[in-house]
Amino acid sequence: MNRKTRITGTLFIGTTAFSAFLIIAVIIILLVVIVIGGKDTFSWKFLTSFPQDGMMKGGIFPAIYGTALLVLIMSVAAVPFGTITAIYLTEYASEKSILAQTIRFAVRTLATVPSIIFGLFGLGFFIKFVGGEMDSVFLGGQLKWGQPNILWASLTMALLTLPVVIVSVEEAIRAVPREMREASLALGATKWETIRRIVIPGSRSGIMTGTILAISRGAGEVAPILFTGAAYYLASLPTSLSDQFMNLGYHIYIMATQSANVDQTLPIQFATTLVLLMLTFMLNLTAVIIRSRLRRKAK
Amino acid sequence: MIENQAKVEDTVVHEADEATMKNLIGKEWFPVSDRPRYGLIPLLVGTLKITLLAILFAAPIAILAALFSASFAPYWLREIIKPAIELLAGFPSVVIGFFALMVMASFFQNIFGYDTRLNAFVGGVAMALAAIPIIYTITEDALTAVPRSYTEASLALGASRWQTALFVTLPAATPGIFAAILLGIGRIFGETMIALMATGNAAMISVNPFESVRTLAATIGAEMAEVVFGDTHYSVLFLIGSLLFIFTFGLNALAEFYVKGRLVKRFQGK
Repeated sequence: MNRKTRITGTLFIGTTAFSAFLIIAVIIILLVVIVIGGKDTFSWKFLTSFPQDGMMKGGIFPAIYGTALLVLIMSVAAVPFGTITAIYLTEYASEKSILAQTIRFAVRTLATVPSIIFGLFGLGFFIKFVGGEMDSVFLGGQLKWGQPNILWASLTMALLTLPVVIVSVEEAIRAVPREMREASLALGATKWETIRRIVIPGSRSGIMTGTILAISRGAGEVAPILFTGAAYYLASLPTSLSDQFMNLGYHIYIMATQSANVDQTLPIQFATTLVLLMLTFMLNLTAVIIRSRLRRKAK
Repeated sequence: MIENQAKVEDTVVHEADEATMKNLIGKEWFPVSDRPRYGLIPLLVGTLKITLLAILFAAPIAILAALFSASFAPYWLREIIKPAIELLAGFPSVVIGFFALMVMASFFQNIFGYDTRLNAFVGGVAMALAAIPIIYTITEDALTAVPRSYTEASLALGASRWQTALFVTLPAATPGIFAAILLGIGRIFGETMIALMATGNAAMISVNPFESVRTLAATIGAEMAEVVFGDTHYSVLFLIGSLLFIFTFGLNALAEFYVKGRLVKRFQGK
């Protein structure tokens, strides 16, 4: 090999290595900047107290509470529904049937639809259509459900995170060994009994991973809840499904762009970002650990 | 940042508050004024500009990085790079938007000395951060899926490692890389929070990357909360939503056509 190709080769490999390290460097800078910016404000008190003085001081407890409530209601809606879909796709539908292929295509499409579109859907379908109809049928036109609230925001978020659940559960179901299924069937169990006693318990960790990933996604998304229920400031915590709620991501967005004095509240913004980042980071890490265990078991 | 919208004197006589075709292809987006104008052209131009900028940053870096971790990096290094970039995929976009707004905007302003602090360039770089994990993951998958016999044949014929990577592995993985770029574009096109926070949100038609832009997605995000239900403005925002949906749907169908199955699953499932 002549010298010229060797130099070109070194340069080429160097460029690819540089690109990889550039990405890593940006990730590290991002983390470091947010940790440094937020660490002084970050404290137990910050996490557990209400905002004060028109959000200039105080903590972010309502935003944490609202986010937790949001992902809880979201999971209650998305996890059973996603699990059932995954069971249908892997256990009942034949790989080549048009219905199954259509469902798969729909799930993949759902996974790549911009999150703001979910917000529009939530507004048009849940709030105006379902909520509006509920008001006119049950409450005689009195406005209660036909406006943004935590229930509609959670259901919107559930639609967004549904593909995450389906994909994780499917993977786990496929990892359940064939022999176990066959043994169960050979012993006289029906298909449904096999699914209930063998397949679902066997894919429990996959359902868990899916739930955690969905929660991580739901906790961080802001666009779908911009106009389906998130509120700028609330003096009290949401107590009913028809209440609005505060949210960590929305809190960051509002504080950084719409608040009266952005500079003065900068430490609060950094600390809130730090909290959100730590939350999603820990959730993702847990999911990665559970998943790698699952993969090892499958081997 | 939404207040950046300059108020232009309302002297031109327009039709009533209607989203006629003429109104929609107009060059001005002033939905809230005495004579509302719903010209989608500035929003489209803004969205395309920022998508182009972001993909120009994201695609080369992500593809080269994928090539590095698939072909050159030792095993232990790959085990660091891959999870780190997957970690980036898990960052909420509001966090990236916040970082762009508070840190990147000033940083780049010091380097380039532009006037508008929040502009298409800052937004483009920030959106590239959101698109890089997608492009990287799918490209990496496509590169590692290239059969070993290809690379072994190339090495046996006397090609060096970099020649094999550049002239054998990379071309063999082209459909996958193409799909990766398409999905990256789809992600950037519909990204709302980064656009809202880091692009300045002024609807103007210009090719200068250092001027503010207002994207389609950000327009929905910024205006939907204040709009009156059933209003023309409300309908126009839903029209924008439909455009966004149709466009991303087309991109994904195209990507799907190239690489059937299992790729979206990878980056969605982290």
